[in-house]
Amino acid sequence: MNKQKSLREAVRSLHDGMVIGVGGWGARRKPMALVREILRSDLKDLTLVAYGGPEVGMLCAAGKVRKVIYGFVSLDRIPLEPYFRKAREAGAIEVMELDEGMFLLGLRAAAEGVPFAPTRLGMGTDVLTYNPDLRLIASPYDAQDVLVAMPALKPDISLIHVSRADRRGNVQTDGRDPYFDNLIARASGRVIVSAEEVHDRLDLSHSDMAHKSLFDRSVVETVVAAPLGAHPTTAHDAYGWDMAHLKTYCDGARQEGGWDAYMSDYVGADEPAYLERVGGADAIRNLSIPNL
Amino acid sequence: MIHTETFTLAELMITAAARAFADDGEVMANGIGTLPRIAAGLAKLRLNDRLLLTDGEAFSVEEPIPLGCAPEERPGHAGWFPYGRVFECLWSGRRHAMVTPVQIDRFAQANISCLGDFRKPKVQMLGVRGFPGNSICHRNSMLVTSHDRRTFVPGEVDVVCSAGFNDRLWPDGARRPEIRIGLVVTPLCVMDFGGPDHAPQVRSLHPGVTFDEVAAGTGFELLRAPDLHETAMPTAEDLAVIRRLDPEDQRAGAVKGNPQGIREKAA
Repeated sequence: MNKQKSLREAVRSLHDGMVIGVGGWGARRKPMALVREILRSDLKDLTLVAYGGPEVGMLCAAGKVRKVIYGFVSLDRIPLEPYFRKAREAGAIEVMELDEGMFLLGLRAAAEGVPFAPTRLGMGTDVLTYNPDLRLIASPYDAQDVLVAMPALKPDISLIHVSRADRRGNVQTDGRDPYFDNLIARASGRVIVSAEEVHDRLDLSHSDMAHKSLFDRSVVETVVAAPLGAHPTTAHDAYGWDMAHLKTYCDGARQEGGWDAYMSDYVGADEPAYLERVGGADAIRNLSIPNL
Repeated sequence: MIHTETFTLAELMITAAARAFADDGEVMANGIGTLPRIAAGLAKLRLNDRLLLTDGEAFSVEEPIPLGCAPEERPGHAGWFPYGRVFECLWSGRRHAMVTPVQIDRFAQANISCLGDFRKPKVQMLGVRGFPGNSICHRNSMLVTSHDRRTFVPGEVDVVCSAGFNDRLWPDGARRPEIRIGLVVTPLCVMDFGGPDHAPQVRSLHPGVTFDEVAAGTGFELLRAPDLHETAMPTAEDLAVIRRLDPEDQRAGAVKGNPQGIREKAA
């Protein structure tokens, strides 16, 4: 069994109009090598499902996004994502903006195979106003308990960055927080994993770290080797986020032709070229882990 | 009490904000932003040792982590607190967040999502984040660094992210969760929503500030709390803790111009 493909082959398995779940959180552990490969492709009309970070802004800037389903889109230290902001202010994208917890429950409902999750989250707020498709239900046990029926959020496929994978699709994720990669993987049931390292057999080489697996290989369709593939976001415990690069990226949003320049100056033809252009592998490995 | 030390407005606001957590018991205190974070740490060290704090990342701590703390000087971790557990904790109600909304209205509704029409915003901000869930699950306080009608808006906030005391967005006859608002700390005063029918009221005025000045900077009617008083000034012990929690003086950049805490009365 060998699920390993090249980055290009992996992205070739995606289609226009797909609903794509993205792992990570804000500027943390985003599958950016896969995102850049999508930027280099002709894919379009995508729906993104994410605790959003720069992947949302970049894909919006490139005109590849029809809709974003999110609780927030932020670069953490840089609170506002500039290209997402531009897309919203231009009215260029559809959105489903949710409470962070509702988003989690929607993923969980999809993972459980139920159509919705009953919750109080969102009650009394404009989340209901601006998502008119959200329905309220009365509790079958006490009709005075009115709840939001949060629909299952089921991506067609998810992109998740991990620390290690093997060719069979086993994965391990280092770091302090799993975020919700497990739920996103389960909700979609179909994952393209980008990995800092790809090994033959994790059970042979990294057995002592098996507890770091966030999901099993039955949902992993494809494994891609993407060393430093979370850059410019952080990949605990390997390297920190690259705030200098993210600032450059954000500055471009204020300039005419800024996105095209970002594409040609950085995204370039492939990942080795990208890594060289953003300062080289050693520099990325030396980015300090964020300390809040 | 005679105050021989000078202090800044930011330090006065931190001290006032810390009091929001004094009677919370054993809950997770989340101060989000420079001043709220120092305030939660000050509360833990001076007012309520039972508070749970986090490192802002994935662990709980028993000693507040100073801003800009070097990795080798960070205090130990008491427990694991990844985001998944933050949700579990907040849904249980055992949390008190102090946040910095962009807009607040007379119903205690708050906005961080966007300005203008949601469908095509004038300014896209963060999105609703965790505000909807926070607002109906646990106590929330607010701290803002400007007090004007753009912050304390007339009518309602552009996007209601936090549920408040407003009938409009609740179905008739539905049981409502209790909305719990702690303190609202501003550069001019400390407010709450403890007036009749949750009306907003001024609890204390910062030294040298008049009620009329606060009212002029607020887009909705404000009441005077029955025991309206002057905001208590930080003690030497408070200031020592604040300096320890923020050794690089990041708080100096929080309020425009970093004014002194005791203002000259207008001539």
